[in-house]
Amino acid sequence: MNASGTWLIAIGRLALILGAGVLAAAPFLFAPAQLQILTQFLSLLVIAIMWNLLAGYADIVSIGQHAFVGIGAYAFFAFAALAGVNPYLSLLLGGVTAFVFAVPIMLVIFRLRAAYLAVGSWVVAETLMLGAGKLSAFGGGSGVSVPISVVKAFGAQAAARYATIYWLAFALAALALVSTYLLMRSKVGIGLTAMRDNEEGAGSVGVNLIALRVLCFLWTAPFLGIAGGVITLQKLRVAPPASFSITDWTVYVIFIVVIGGIGSFEGPIIGAIVFFLIREYLAEIGLWHFILLGVLSIAVILVEPRGLWGLARRFVSDDLIPASFRPPRQPVMSARIASENAEAS
Amino acid sequence: MAAIWINQIVQGVLLGGLYAMFAMGLSLSIGVMQFVNIAHGDLIVLVSFLLLTLTSGLGLPPLLAAAITLPIAFVGGFLLQRLLLQRVLGKGVLPIILVTFGLSIIIQNGLLSAYGADTRKVAGGAIETATIPIGGGVNIGVLPFIIFLSAIVLIFALDRLLYHTRLGARIRAVSDDVATANLIGLKSARIYAVAMGVVGATIAISAAFMSVWTNFDPSSGPSRLLVAFEAVVLGGLGSLWGTLVGGVALGVAQAIGAQFDAAWQILAGHILFLVIFVIRPQGLFPRN
Repeated sequence: MNASGTWLIAIGRLALILGAGVLAAAPFLFAPAQLQILTQFLSLLVIAIMWNLLAGYADIVSIGQHAFVGIGAYAFFAFAALAGVNPYLSLLLGGVTAFVFAVPIMLVIFRLRAAYLAVGSWVVAETLMLGAGKLSAFGGGSGVSVPISVVKAFGAQAAARYATIYWLAFALAALALVSTYLLMRSKVGIGLTAMRDNEEGAGSVGVNLIALRVLCFLWTAPFLGIAGGVITLQKLRVAPPASFSITDWTVYVIFIVVIGGIGSFEGPIIGAIVFFLIREYLAEIGLWHFILLGVLSIAVILVEPRGLWGLARRFVSDDLIPASFRPPRQPVMSARIASENAEAS
Repeated sequence: MAAIWINQIVQGVLLGGLYAMFAMGLSLSIGVMQFVNIAHGDLIVLVSFLLLTLTSGLGLPPLLAAAITLPIAFVGGFLLQRLLLQRVLGKGVLPIILVTFGLSIIIQNGLLSAYGADTRKVAGGAIETATIPIGGGVNIGVLPFIIFLSAIVLIFALDRLLYHTRLGARIRAVSDDVATANLIGLKSARIYAVAMGVVGATIAISAAFMSVWTNFDPSSGPSRLLVAFEAVVLGGLGSLWGTLVGGVALGVAQAIGAQFDAAWQILAGHILFLVIFVIRPQGLFPRN
């Protein structure tokens, strides 16, 4: 491990901790408009972490995860606005509903092999979106606004409400990061890392590929569902094309993960930061930002499939967040071999 | 009353011909290259806009415009494979899906900034409205009928190409086992590129028919991809004639759905697909 690499790691970790600190104090630091952007950032980060878990580790390349965001949004509206359940509890019930939908959806799309699963999951998401447009209680195809009474439950004043919604997004993102980190540090994580690196090899040494895929798919659904509820609180409306938005919850998310670094814990975080910088500073180029993101992600796959973090990792000696298990370091091995050699001679 | 339903079903069957055309290109690219080209629908829409420019921009007759786009699409498919897709082939499904996904977004937004979001259609002349009455109040549109017949001819031609020519044997060899094909001296990269050129030709033909028969806009690609994918899976992966049956099934489901309520049209196709897929995941006519 060279000295400059160690320094870079230290700087990177410091930046990460500082960033987390700023986010943890954001409602005291920022104006409502900036707070809204940070809320969007955290919501998108949650979805990106989940997509990375599926595509980067479990080999489930889905183009239909926006379905669970939409299901969560509609379930939140159903519980909070139609059934009159406590709005906070309704957010959680949105996650539960997404989980309940995930089981049959999984049974359908897991029948498709990897290359077909992508489009198969898209068909399912499209069907659910069109189906949501048929629900008259939810305003049909044009959607419906969240009632004032539900909105006020998160804060009577706009400023207080923005802060509450921010805290919800912050808590969800923290929960997603910490729990996924713990998942990656567990025995499951070892299997997932093995699967990422060599699927056939992982299977042959006894990793249960199917069980891991099922676990990951079901793991992501409640997070996406709750994120759907939090997003609905920002938009104050459910509508099929907006709640089930493939652009917002799948296209952007794929760009974030691919550019940041697919199959690494840091990737979605770095990608989300880059994405928001592009969005905030290149907003005036309009449609061209899509084209830029598309070109950038194709270039990433051709040049460095592990994304920006993979590129950085060439100069940095360690992960910023040690989420994956590694074999014992080289010096340990060579020391043991040296001692064995000494014994032999 | 019965005539209305029969009319709808006939319309659906004919629409299935167009869907089969979308699907056979996708089927060929899946069969040969073992991946689903996410940008397939967007490529069809891209060629449709090219036709729009040639006909309404330069004033060329539709048939001449179609004849011009055919070689362009072949070369386009060839180069796309040679310069881009070939680089990510054999590295697993993730890179190929992500590259074609990026391509799809680039095409959609490129078209949007070049042409705007308006719904377009290529003017086909008198043939658009010509119908043949077949008795009992049922009419068959001349154009849809020609499209359906063309789909059959195209499937027949592709089937001949793949199973009765030297080129077809080579394409099948590299798709079955690329390592062995390379070992016996086949230039797999070139054969893949030629196959993708053939896919490009099917895209040009389907775009020519689609642009005259239906409306399209820059964001129409994904719906074309989904219907092509559904027809391929319903028909049974790798079965060309299966795509025709799959396309017709989807077309009829959509036509019947539309008869209840216009908004049910697309949903009815998706639901039919999911139901049949759950019952029979291998498709109606699985190969082998």
